Amino acid sequence: MKKQNTFIVAAAVTAAVIAAFWLLLAAPGYTGNEINMTRGVTTQSAINYQLHMIVLWICVVIGVIVFSAMFFSIVLHRKSRNHEAAQFSHSTKAEIIWTVIPILILVVIAVPATKALVNMEVAPETEMTVKITGFQWRWKYHYVEDDIQFISSLDAVSNAARRLSSGTDPLSVDNYLLEVDHPLVLPANTKIKFLLTADDVIHSWWVPALGWKRDAIPGFINEAWTEIMEPGTYRGQCAELCGKDHGFMPIVLNVLPRAEYEQWVQQQQNRMVDERSEVERLWSREELMELGEDVYAAQCAACHQSDGMGLAPAFPSLAGSAVANGPVNEHIDVVLNGRAGTAMQAWGNMLSEADIAAALTYTRNAFGNESGDVVQPQTIYRIKNG
Amino acid sequence: MSNASTHTLDHADDHHDHKPTSFLNRWLFTTNHKDIGTLYLILALVMFFVGGAMAMIIRAELFMPGLQLVEPDFFNQMTTMHALIMVFGAVMPAWVGFANWMIPMMIGAPDMALPRLNNWSFWILPFAFTMLASTLFMDSGGPAAGWTLYPPLSLQGGQSFAFVVFAIHMMGISSIMGSINVIATILNMRAPGMTLLRMPLFVWTWLITAFLLIAVMPVLAGAVTMLLTDHFFATSFFNAAGGGDPVMFQHIFWFFGHPEVYILILPAFGVVSEIIPTFARKPLFGYSAMVYATASIAFLSFIVWAHHMFTVGMPLTGELFFMYATMLIAIPTGVKVFNWVSTMWRGAMTFETPMLFAIGFVVLFTIGGLSGLMLALASVDLQYHDTYFVVAHFHYVLVPGAIFALMAGTYYWLPKWTGHMYSEKWGKIHFWISAISVNILFFPQHYLGLAGMPRRIPDYSTQFADFNMISSIGGFIFGASQLIFLGVIIHCVYKSREKASGRVWDGAKGLEWTLSSPPPYHSFNTPPVIDSTTVAHAEGAH
Repeated sequence: MKKQNTFIVAAAVTAAVIAAFWLLLAAPGYTGNEINMTRGVTTQSAINYQLHMIVLWICVVIGVIVFSAMFFSIVLHRKSRNHEAAQFSHSTKAEIIWTVIPILILVVIAVPATKALVNMEVAPETEMTVKITGFQWRWKYHYVEDDIQFISSLDAVSNAARRLSSGTDPLSVDNYLLEVDHPLVLPANTKIKFLLTADDVIHSWWVPALGWKRDAIPGFINEAWTEIMEPGTYRGQCAELCGKDHGFMPIVLNVLPRAEYEQWVQQQQNRMVDERSEVERLWSREELMELGEDVYAAQCAACHQSDGMGLAPAFPSLAGSAVANGPVNEHIDVVLNGRAGTAMQAWGNMLSEADIAAALTYTRNAFGNESGDVVQPQTIYRIKNG
Repeated sequence: MSNASTHTLDHADDHHDHKPTSFLNRWLFTTNHKDIGTLYLILALVMFFVGGAMAMIIRAELFMPGLQLVEPDFFNQMTTMHALIMVFGAVMPAWVGFANWMIPMMIGAPDMALPRLNNWSFWILPFAFTMLASTLFMDSGGPAAGWTLYPPLSLQGGQSFAFVVFAIHMMGISSIMGSINVIATILNMRAPGMTLLRMPLFVWTWLITAFLLIAVMPVLAGAVTMLLTDHFFATSFFNAAGGGDPVMFQHIFWFFGHPEVYILILPAFGVVSEIIPTFARKPLFGYSAMVYATASIAFLSFIVWAHHMFTVGMPLTGELFFMYATMLIAIPTGVKVFNWVSTMWRGAMTFETPMLFAIGFVVLFTIGGLSGLMLALASVDLQYHDTYFVVAHFHYVLVPGAIFALMAGTYYWLPKWTGHMYSEKWGKIHFWISAISVNILFFPQHYLGLAGMPRRIPDYSTQFADFNMISSIGGFIFGASQLIFLGVIIHCVYKSREKASGRVWDGAKGLEWTLSSPPPYHSFNTPPVIDSTTVAHAEGAH
């Protein structure tokens, strides 16, 4: 009778603990939300997913055993059931068992964990290199071999919707906060090396589908590699707190089959040639104001605000400011080289000459500023190149 | 035992002597370990609600996608201040308060060894936290770079950064003085016969914690001082453009930071090791193993720091070392959990509020420990790192870990401190609401992190909406339920009519229970006689 009772309690407690784990670890998945790590599209992400599942299951089994023993004891060994307290207080044998068994479990985990890490860190021979630079709060991509470069920022729709009390429902925005103006385009089935660094503070470049994140640190160049198996669009975001807009610097990968990628490279190189000719010609004031308004909204408004009033004290107002209404060369210098000790970055290597000239023309003639100056792209080019 | 009892009776007759009568003398100039302990506990409780209010702002903003309440920069100030206040203002002072109250009573001493130092180490703190909190009202705002203060981001803060650094210096000085006092008391003030391996486990865990504090608080002070000079005096310790190294800060910070998290949790191990034997009516299982496991955890805490930095780009061998060392922590921690379960095993358990919180601690801390094992694996940590999975992990070990242990200890010793019983009914209500809501609050954060939500963001993609809302609801319930805790304490101190006996709990062992409730102003004026019947843990359990 007593034995039977014990057995039933043990079975019931174990069943309850397993049910509790199921409720926590599996049931929420039925809501249609993603609750687990992605398998991703690289060997690294697949290996990490497997490692994650192995160690998760080991933890679940340990949890079921420990909690079952504990709750079994809680049900049976209670004063209200007139259970007499035993007075044992140590057992060298038990202590040895529950020191040795965990060591064995750790060894079992350490083997695949070591293999996964070696695969992650020891890069194979790569076929192309992309340099990634983190800025507050955008990414710059530089295709080293093809000499293509561009800036990738949060797209304008998300950027407007994410303002405090914007009145736009995030649910109505496609890929809210995970969309950019210029995605990073990469070829599938190609071994790619990434070089990561940052211009201002530490950022961390993370696309979960690739299976890793890596910090982008000013003054350091970190390395990582990938080989993406399937074409598609993959999204991620900055993973290291980098200031007020840390939550608003997404990453979008557009992975193309090799042939389409080659076409894209050709297009980009043509675009860069066009841009160079654009620098040489004289722009009209209207053209510059129109482009400048767009550039300002995408790049400057995050800090200086769309009405140019800034956000005191860190982000000064441009309306009526001494810089925007003073000598034009000083204004150009601040925009190109940034201002040390403040959040104002050096934009000289981030934006095209036309974009910088347009933004300068715009800020000197908007928000009530009436300098009347028109800054030409070729002026910027000459100042930048001495 | 008989000697100790008569001794207690003597005390019961004259326990109101020597107590200063004026308010200022009693509280501002006090050198009494109990009064200073009370001050520490009140400060910790106030800070717990201040830090908790900030957590409510964070969870309210994260309730839905889109920014509804605060600007991102203020959100970052809230996450930073929430962490600094909870770590340095709530949990650490609360443990010092427990140490002050309990260590002299547990080792048979009249007071702490260095009473004036004790007064000073407390009275620094209200000024430190006033200074820290005042930054929120300054032009450049509070610190917004996270409690880890990583440069170069932390150096972008304005003038108020100097106040943050100075506040951290003061907290560090207070902790170091408190630790010196704890060590001096434990090593010099034990009653004859109270050998080291007869000390209650709470005393042992605090002795080890005090050594950790003395070892690492100066390291933090050095790190923030270098930030200060980088910010205001144009040095370049961490500025790559000037030949400095931003990653060096992370190494120094985490050399402090990892022992720091054990500073928060080791006394919790001690408290739980006192409570479970009392309510299981059975000696603590494997007392010596518990002591050695605590010491092992403390040692390992110094050689695992870079597991917080697997993404910074360390060499493979470095990553392997820190991964293996971190995995080793599972062994002594496992020993502790197994020993607590063995202590319950075949006991005669009752489930008063302290026991409920202690059991809640063991279960939920273990969940946090298991996710810690997952995070130790460097390769897959490149996915987990800086996501809500990490947020879930450390909140599991800190909230239903350290905070539940603090609550368990409060309910356990409150009758001893005040001489009144608290309301068992409301204590249990507090436990059940807290235990359920804390899981609604933190468990879904595991899913969010695995699905790809980074930490420290004020707004998120719509795919994360459901579980953020659930987590926020859990957070609001958990936050509100702490008002019950406050109510129970106020009721117990001022209103409760039910007198507590000296022993309070029928299974309680150890010297503090041989004193009256409330205990005399100077705990033991003559050393109690220690033998195998008055020590808290079974003899020969080595």
